[in-house]
Amino acid sequence: MREITYSQAINEAIREEMRRDPDIVLLGQDIGVYGGTFGVYRGLCEEFGEDRVRDGPLSEAATAGFGIGLAVAGMRAIVEIEFMDFSPLILDAVANQASKMRYFFGGKVKVPLVLRMPSASKLGLGAQHSQSLESWFMHTPGLLIAMPSTPYDAKGLLKTAVRQDNPVIFIEHVRLYATKGEVPGEEYRLPFGSARIVREGSDVTVVAIAMMVQEAVQAAGELEKEGISVEIIDPRTLAPLDGETIVESVKKTGRMVVTHEAYRTAGVGAEIGQVALEGAFDYLVAPIRRVAGKDQPIPAGPLQDEVFPDRDKLAAAIRDLMEEG
Amino acid sequence: MTDEAQHAAAVSPEQALGWYRQMVHIRKFEEKVVELSGRGLVSGSTHPCIAQEAVSVGCISALNAEDLVLATYRGHGTFLARGGDPKAAMAEILCRETGCCKGKGGSMHLCDPDIGFLGTNAIVAAHIPIASGVALANQLKKTNRVTLCLFGDGASCEGAFYETLNMVALWKVPVVLVCENNGYAISVPVKKSLSVPEIATRAQGFDMPGISIDGNDIAEVYETTRRAVERAREGGGPTLIECRTVRWERHSALSAGFYESREERKRWQVVDPIPRFRTVLTGQMAVQASVLEEIEQEAEEAAEDAAEFAIRSPLTGTAQLEQDIFA
Repeated sequence: MREITYSQAINEAIREEMRRDPDIVLLGQDIGVYGGTFGVYRGLCEEFGEDRVRDGPLSEAATAGFGIGLAVAGMRAIVEIEFMDFSPLILDAVANQASKMRYFFGGKVKVPLVLRMPSASKLGLGAQHSQSLESWFMHTPGLLIAMPSTPYDAKGLLKTAVRQDNPVIFIEHVRLYATKGEVPGEEYRLPFGSARIVREGSDVTVVAIAMMVQEAVQAAGELEKEGISVEIIDPRTLAPLDGETIVESVKKTGRMVVTHEAYRTAGVGAEIGQVALEGAFDYLVAPIRRVAGKDQPIPAGPLQDEVFPDRDKLAAAIRDLMEEG
Repeated sequence: MTDEAQHAAAVSPEQALGWYRQMVHIRKFEEKVVELSGRGLVSGSTHPCIAQEAVSVGCISALNAEDLVLATYRGHGTFLARGGDPKAAMAEILCRETGCCKGKGGSMHLCDPDIGFLGTNAIVAAHIPIASGVALANQLKKTNRVTLCLFGDGASCEGAFYETLNMVALWKVPVVLVCENNGYAISVPVKKSLSVPEIATRAQGFDMPGISIDGNDIAEVYETTRRAVERAREGGGPTLIECRTVRWERHSALSAGFYESREERKRWQVVDPIPRFRTVLTGQMAVQASVLEEIEQEAEEAAEDAAEFAIRSPLTGTAQLEQDIFA
């Protein structure tokens, strides 16, 4: 099968959907001829024109509001937020408007809106360009949330997201943009709420989010040499969360580690761990562990490596866990 | 001749009576809501638009049937002015299943897309970019529809307002922004919140027209909005209209605390748009007092009917609880 990058996969998904549906409009900053901060939109402005690929001012809050307005008026908006760190600027539009509007209007409106935003890590960009803030959105009912870790998942989930009549938070990762993977040329879409078992194993379940999926794969390879069999699950979407696949895996392995780059405290790992605890308590032979970002502002420079989890920290946590029981 | 009489001179008696009827219907409706709130029948609080009826009726009557309206939590009057069903509104305010939003929105969320009313919003200024997005959609689809967005003086202090002014002016979005400057954001008077008290001047910095008018002069509200709507429809872009008005005595039916002086709280009665317009009607337009009394009686009955309908309707039940979260 052909291989394309994560960035190309997203570009293809949007291009295909925009060719299919003339009501799709892209809003954001640097998305026109510049092609998006990370080049994800390369060529879209040339193909679809400035009306549909609409560069706008640095007004994230109003841009998100415009996106909701377009959606309510029967179009489909895809809003790009350049870094997820800037998403606090659109929180009202997401948390008080898009996610609740259909409900408080008694089903009289639809909000087909996709908010794309990349999280980043280890780029040396410091405290305001390195965060994964997905738990803020997971704490908001009324949203769908995808966080793909491969080009295949990115394209399939984004195509599903764009056809939703609901608001979707689509979280990409800057360090995944250049990664390659197999993506079929023909049309496909992936359902939300269906986790992927990345690797089967019998001793411990690792639920890994976004960038940590490939770190977990590396760690599992190392641990296999030591006789530890790791099962890796990528939830792919956080809302809905496929708790069933996670619980079934934990019932099989009896051990669980959740790993994400986001801050540890009240990170999505806490929720995912609790889902496993409620569903598979009697099967657990050791406490659930979290291998996550340190609860502190992220420094610029090499010191940043100390705050983020990686394959070594994950492997060490798994070894500890195996010794416990 | 008063300014009001001059502005009304160009208006037909039918139109003038229609305005009076709508304003009185809204007033009686709101008085009924306050009464029901006092009886504990209104869920949460409610924000009457008493004394601001001329803004709702004046600007909404300048729209075509296919145009769109978004407004604020002090928005019962806008919903009714747009032709919203008073029974469905009252039922919504009382959280009944017959409400326009199935009783799940409450007083601050009225909506009826069938009449081009895309809802009232309870986060100050958040709906200004949303309304402008609605207008952008109509610009892109070349529908010729104009979107009207009402908000308060408090909203003019929010970032979303300024961001939106820039964007709608930049893109010549067919939206008319109507600021109902009633002098207060809950308890804070504009003299404590605005560096330049005339909100319409905000438009200058964005190279769009900004007009400040007497919001309790219905003919002036209508005529100013009509021109702005025409301009938007012809591709001329947005207009900011500041309607200087006065709020009813409290922020909401449940508001605690005092604001300025007792005189200040009763200020609305001095500039009340309804008796002012009644004088124009009975004076220069020579409408018989009995005609107006009939309208007043009919409005009273309509409010009573709406209340009865709402009270008789069942409270929205558990079957609705988890409905309408996702499409």
